[in-house]
Amino acid sequence: MELLSGGDMVAQALEDEGVEFIFGYPGGAVLHIYDALFKRSKIPHILTRHEQAATHAADAYSRATGKTGVVLVTSGPGATNAITGIATAYMDSIPMVVLSGQVATHLIGEDAFQETDMIGVSRPIVKHSFLVKRQSDIPETIKKAFYIAASGRPGPVVVDLPKDITNPFDKFEYNYPKKVKLRSYAPATRGHAGQIKKAVSLLLAAQRPVIYSGGGVVQGNGSDLLTKLARELNFPVTSTLMGLGAYPADKQFLGMLGMHGFYEANMAMHEADVVLAIGARFDDRVTNTPKKFCPGAKIIHIDIDPAAISKTITADVPIVGPVDSVLSDVLELLSEARKEGGDTDKAALAQWWKTIDGWREHAGLWTKPRYDQSSALIKPQWAIETLYKVTKGDAYITSDVGQHQMFAAQYYRFNKPRRWINSGGLGTMGFGFPAAMGVKLAFPDADVACVTGEGSIQMNIQELSTCTQYKIPVKIINLNNGYLGMVKQWQDMQYEGRYSHSTYEDSLPDFVKLVEAYGHVGIRVDKKEDLEDAMKEAFALKDRLVFMDIHVDPHEHVYPMLIAPNGSMRDMWLSKTERT
Amino acid sequence: MRRIISLLLENEPGALSRVVGLFSQRGYNIESLNVAATEDPTLSRLTLTTQGDDHVIEQITKHLNKLIDVVKLVDLTEGAHIERELMLVKVRATGAQRAEIKRCTDVFRGQIVDVGPTVYTVQITGASDKLDAFLEAVGDAAVLEVVRSGVSGIARGEKVLSL
Ligand SMILES: Cc1ncc(C[n+]2csc(CCOP(=O)(O)OP(=O)(O)O)c2C)c(N)n1
Ligand SMILES: [Mg+2]
Repeated sequence: MELLSGGDMVAQALEDEGVEFIFGYPGGAVLHIYDALFKRSKIPHILTRHEQAATHAADAYSRATGKTGVVLVTSGPGATNAITGIATAYMDSIPMVVLSGQVATHLIGEDAFQETDMIGVSRPIVKHSFLVKRQSDIPETIKKAFYIAASGRPGPVVVDLPKDITNPFDKFEYNYPKKVKLRSYAPATRGHAGQIKKAVSLLLAAQRPVIYSGGGVVQGNGSDLLTKLARELNFPVTSTLMGLGAYPADKQFLGMLGMHGFYEANMAMHEADVVLAIGARFDDRVTNTPKKFCPGAKIIHIDIDPAAISKTITADVPIVGPVDSVLSDVLELLSEARKEGGDTDKAALAQWWKTIDGWREHAGLWTKPRYDQSSALIKPQWAIETLYKVTKGDAYITSDVGQHQMFAAQYYRFNKPRRWINSGGLGTMGFGFPAAMGVKLAFPDADVACVTGEGSIQMNIQELSTCTQYKIPVKIINLNNGYLGMVKQWQDMQYEGRYSHSTYEDSLPDFVKLVEAYGHVGIRVDKKEDLEDAMKEAFALKDRLVFMDIHVDPHEHVYPMLIAPNGSMRDMWLSKTERT
Repeated sequence: MRRIISLLLENEPGALSRVVGLFSQRGYNIESLNVAATEDPTLSRLTLTTQGDDHVIEQITKHLNKLIDVVKLVDLTEGAHIERELMLVKVRATGAQRAEIKRCTDVFRGQIVDVGPTVYTVQITGASDKLDAFLEAVGDAAVLEVVRSGVSGIARGEKVLSL
């Protein structure tokens, strides 16, 4: 048996766990661990320029690959800088292990240099956390952290490591457990058979069904089964912001639902008689006023997390279980029912599809363009459609938060899961660029583009340097409208155009020069006719980071938009002047 | 409705703060809480009382169950159970009041556990409403200090909350 120091154990445990990348930033409390990495680890370590960026990169690596992201930061400011990234991962249920340094055990509680109660600070935004007090506990604790992070409803786990337990002098037996069991933790492995049966009979009897698919379908690898089920039933599918791509953008797809959801998707939800919610959590950005949500629908809710069920909207048929196993059970029961002569109500469905097609015709975003085609300015929607065209719909798209994010969600027609990577739950500006780095490292041959705004990109723009160091050739699609556009839109709509601190008064940098200073390529586009060629050029530069500073119409708004407060899902603004 | 929720908790540092934090984070209220080790040193028993409709209580129990440190949970109010709370009260006891307090303590089957020239310290055990009733009987003017343990509870009959 090998004897290892605490620092070596951390390095070795990550190796044994099969970790592909560590995103981190060193400092006093983790120097022993960094020295161990230097001496014995083959895992590439990406030194970001800010700990927040490290957490976003690890998080997006996880979203794109399905594997657990790993972050290593020092105590105090290193740990607190990671907080926004941990909260982002928590809100979207992303598996992540954050190793944070801590002051030596004998100093804990003494307000020592760079001491922060990381366990306390992170408590409400982690799935679980550990403060490791003995060297010999390191391997098992790290194993538990990975197990908890990735199983059940995934989430971030913090492992706080006091400096003294990683010291290079005290050595202990190292044994990385193959498996861990926790007596108090047993995520569901199968859905309840009786409930699934009830669900199937509801589905078969449905006249106006909608499948409402969420991020859980992506996370739970349920995409293929969802597609199979939807096609067998010929049911319309809508998706949350987090679930885009889990079901392809085919003719059964109604587009995204919710706050900036498609007209036809929101209408269908409101008029539905059966809603099959899969891995979705009835977020307030989806339901609008809960009391007015889906007034005529029976709700079937499949989720791995019992606490997600009937939290805001009561489920008629709750099913707790992993998406993939529950969906296979549903499919199996369905084919059994069919053998016995049961089937969907074809006539009712045909009528339902006719109604839906009418909505599509009226105000569908993909039916005919709903933004001004004749404008001389570049419309942000058009920029996204061009991006879709140039990347043949096959890129990984990360995004920041704001209007550009909603336009990307609406106009880039995602056909595969894990291609659309954004901070849906927390809505973290600054997420997109480091996220693109994490994805590009995982898939070096794929096109990876970050759709961002001039506001958001400046929240983690220091990562241009990281991309220089590690040669990470992502494409940055900056939809530059000169405003905190989403804030401005609300100020236009609710505050009579009083732009309280939503613009920068000519202080924006010359982004082209800025990225050139880091050794990257910058392209500024002002004219509509230049956009497509410029974008082709950007993506042709395979091994360069290209920053496209695209100057778009500053006054565009995102529509549809649910009308709140007190509105239902069918109450929407469809343009600046038109409402339902 | 008032509920008594009792749980077995890993006896680990931070476990209690996760339980308490959950209540403040999600806006649930805790009326009383007590926690102590059990016969198994790796486990603590925590009992709390809270108010809420069925929906709120369902959410509370689900979220508590989600905490990795929570090993087992029971809502004692769902079945027959025994509920006890211990109270120590310091009351003003002078002149004629001394006999009156003594009588009252006897009626409530309490004990006078400490005697001073002008005060009695009374110990009462029982369900929370009995403790409330004692305080009412003695009257606000006489009560100088109240210390309550919070509710402890256990299910009646053969049912056992254990691993
Ligand atoms: C860290 C953070 N701070 C503030 C906000 C609130 N917020 C949401 S969108 C937005 C404007 C974003 O501006 P920009 O990145 O330029 O995107 P645009 O809406 O103009 O496309 C702001 C300030 C946020 N989501 N995240
Ligand atoms: Mg902007």
